[in-house]
Amino acid sequence: MGKDLNLKLKVWRQDNADDHGRFEEYGANGIDTDMSFLEMLDVVNEGLIEDDREPIAFDSDCREGICGTCSMVINGVAHGGQKGTTACQLHMRHFSDGATITIEPWRATAFPVHRDLVVDRTAFDRIQQAGGFISVRTGSVPDANATPVPKDDSDLAMDAAQCIGCGACVASCKNASAMLFVAAKVSHLSLVPQGQPERERRALAMVEQMDKEGFGNCTVTGSCEAVCPKEIPLDFIARMNREYGRALIKRETSS
Amino acid sequence: MNLDAKIPTGSMAQKWDKHRFDLKLVNPANKRKYEVIVVGSGLAGASAAASMAELGYNVKCFCYQDSPRRAHSIAAQGGINAAKNYQNDGDSVYRLFYDTVKGGDYRSREANVYRLAQVSVDIIDQCAAQGVPFAREYGGLLANRSFGGAQVSRTFYARGQTGQQLLLGAYSSLCRQIGLGKVQMFPRTEMLDVVLIDGHAKGVIVRDMVTGEISRHSAHTVVLATGGYGNVFYLSTNAMGCNVTATHRAYKRGAAFANPCYTQIHPTCIPVSGDHQSKLTLMSESLRNDGRVWVPKSQDVAEKIRRGEINPSGIAEVDRDYYLERKYPSFGNLVPRDVASRNAKEACDEGRGVVGSGLGVYLDFADAIGRMGEDVVRERYGNLFDMYEKITGSNAYQNPMTIYPAVHYTMGGLWVDYNLMSNIPGLFVIGEANFSDHGANRLGASALMQGLADGYFVLPYTIGQYLAEIGPDERPSEASSEFGGVEESVKSRIDKLLSIKGKRTPTSFHRELGQIIWDKCGMSRSESGLNEALEKLPALRQEFWENLNVPGENGSLNQSLELAGRVADFLEFGELMCRDALQREESCGGHFREEHQTEEGEAKRDDENFSFVGAWEYKGADSTPQIHKEELTYEEVKMTQRSYK
Repeated sequence: MGKDLNLKLKVWRQDNADDHGRFEEYGANGIDTDMSFLEMLDVVNEGLIEDDREPIAFDSDCREGICGTCSMVINGVAHGGQKGTTACQLHMRHFSDGATITIEPWRATAFPVHRDLVVDRTAFDRIQQAGGFISVRTGSVPDANATPVPKDDSDLAMDAAQCIGCGACVASCKNASAMLFVAAKVSHLSLVPQGQPERERRALAMVEQMDKEGFGNCTVTGSCEAVCPKEIPLDFIARMNREYGRALIKRETSS
Repeated sequence: MNLDAKIPTGSMAQKWDKHRFDLKLVNPANKRKYEVIVVGSGLAGASAAASMAELGYNVKCFCYQDSPRRAHSIAAQGGINAAKNYQNDGDSVYRLFYDTVKGGDYRSREANVYRLAQVSVDIIDQCAAQGVPFAREYGGLLANRSFGGAQVSRTFYARGQTGQQLLLGAYSSLCRQIGLGKVQMFPRTEMLDVVLIDGHAKGVIVRDMVTGEISRHSAHTVVLATGGYGNVFYLSTNAMGCNVTATHRAYKRGAAFANPCYTQIHPTCIPVSGDHQSKLTLMSESLRNDGRVWVPKSQDVAEKIRRGEINPSGIAEVDRDYYLERKYPSFGNLVPRDVASRNAKEACDEGRGVVGSGLGVYLDFADAIGRMGEDVVRERYGNLFDMYEKITGSNAYQNPMTIYPAVHYTMGGLWVDYNLMSNIPGLFVIGEANFSDHGANRLGASALMQGLADGYFVLPYTIGQYLAEIGPDERPSEASSEFGGVEESVKSRIDKLLSIKGKRTPTSFHRELGQIIWDKCGMSRSESGLNEALEKLPALRQEFWENLNVPGENGSLNQSLELAGRVADFLEFGELMCRDALQREESCGGHFREEHQTEEGEAKRDDENFSFVGAWEYKGADSTPQIHKEELTYEEVKMTQRSYK
């Protein structure tokens, strides 16, 4: 059993996308240090419902750091600032008794707020739909070992493919850029031989959709890398820029 | 009720081939005239939706998550089985089939399992072609690992995130079809009921979880890929949103629910740390390859550990009980999941548990570190040790891990025939939501296999038979009285939940329900305990409908309302589970009845009387459901008592 904490929360409340929103304060008392951050919010919400007040809406699902659903800025840092950790895996032992904790939603034009801490991240899905795939029909594929993939390429592709699509990169970027997210997918698929036929087309289409959704550009401050719960490195953005440049040149020279 | 499994005739190896030839085909030009609804976007749902859209059908896909990429298949760690025999170690379709039937303790349907093993090889090809970054050897070919319940290396994996990578593969195919306009995706949309017209499933009623809008969707056929019901236990390794609503609603509309008492308790999860616990986290089964499970021999020592007076590393070897190694010398720490779980419970019930709550045992890596060095252990299990430290704050290189079993997977589900169609014509059920392939116990790395087999390679064929039979013109109007009636009942239920205005939160009911089910219908079950649960549950359900408080309204994002609806269904479903556990007077796989054990305390099957699928028919709110039996016959595999001594 851990120790108990008494905390003050400043939480962003917003009824819907049109509401201006405001901070509201709540006490979170008798919080066991073994609780996860979201379990602490569960306790606060149970108290609110018992007082017949509306609980704080926030997204979470797997609560083991892999589904990418949870999304909140804690004390100014997306997911709360523990290295390689989503909000759902952040535990209360990292907070001290008497602390004030500020909790906000992801803030980006491309991620409108649905309610309180819940935001709309369907822009990410639309970027994937624009080209984040390899066009194979079910069944029309060769034997898996017919196409060897060098282990180093496969491992590097996996480093990129680990992205959980949570959007912390966007939330932490002063430009609300989605470059790390897009770079992870572009890099993953351009690193494996199966992804080669659509390599240029994919890079162009995904970047175009990213711009359309209203995400900003990258100015290489690296805040995305710092908060990424899967610790996806900035190098992939450089790789995507190369992929994009390469695709542009190919398009120019082939037309 | 007609439970014809429609198993094709012919030899086991030729059934699927023959059946595919016998199935009616839909003319390619006609496929675009059909509408298919898929509920759920996990491995089964996403792969089915994408594959059917590729064939030309118009698909509507619904999921409660904010994106189809987040379905709980994503959390599977270990791997996916396939009978590729890439390791040249004697694997074959037949061996995978045999291992799966045996692992399921002879309670699955042979023909379905054989087909599963057959198509397993195609799944790996499909996923590799999608760019899934499977683990590879230096020559560039695919790597394999071994997994519980098998003596060959047939498990393909992508680090400890195989489920994530396979799901993102299926999601990428789904995205492609959404982009092409063949799939219409509805995220943050929850299915609340199924609509039947003339006895056929023809649509669903859904709630938009952002606006609260209730809407009707009609189609030629409905596919449920809505996962398992593990959250009936409140605490499980399932995601917070996993629920039984879709399958339970279908049950209440006439679909038979098969073997609800078959649940899998995974032995290596992080123990509960307090009342606040919202969910449990699995630590991969692979840890048992090198970790040794133990508790102190004496209760006194355990008591001192629980009070924090002594440290486990200070306990002498002679005072430790490595109970799995002692009781099962040939399998040791690698006994199947059900056996490992029951033994942990037994040790803790004897007062020898080692965490504050008394519900935890050690998984100790000291020997492995001594033998191989910390670096090798870190290389193999580093990510798991990190995750353990994040959650518990304890360093497992220095102190033994503590683990305890937790609910992980549910083998029961809606009854389906060989075509994966339920007893309601036009209602198909795939993935964890159906019952057919794992019997009474699922082997590791087989859930991913089944989800993708159903979605990529079985349903796209079998659904054609039904669609060809009904013809393309039959999609009913959403304005029909049947749709109106079901929508009305959905709305009035929501109004009722919001109007009770009692004192208790939805979570408090869910937690109390979970405790009852865990105590009485968990790792071990008895007649008296199950009867006790069957007395308590109706009372709890009554209190729910009298004393629930759901703040807010329907017309906006309201997470309390979502949860309340799910808990209401779990409260009814929990009773069905207990009823099923009560009728099954034997022990098999994950279902352990205390009255039916061998002298050594092992599960004792009764093949003569219980070699059947128990499929329950809903008989109305005030009546007891009725069980129907599909007898299981084994043509190929000889039934034997499992032994791991």
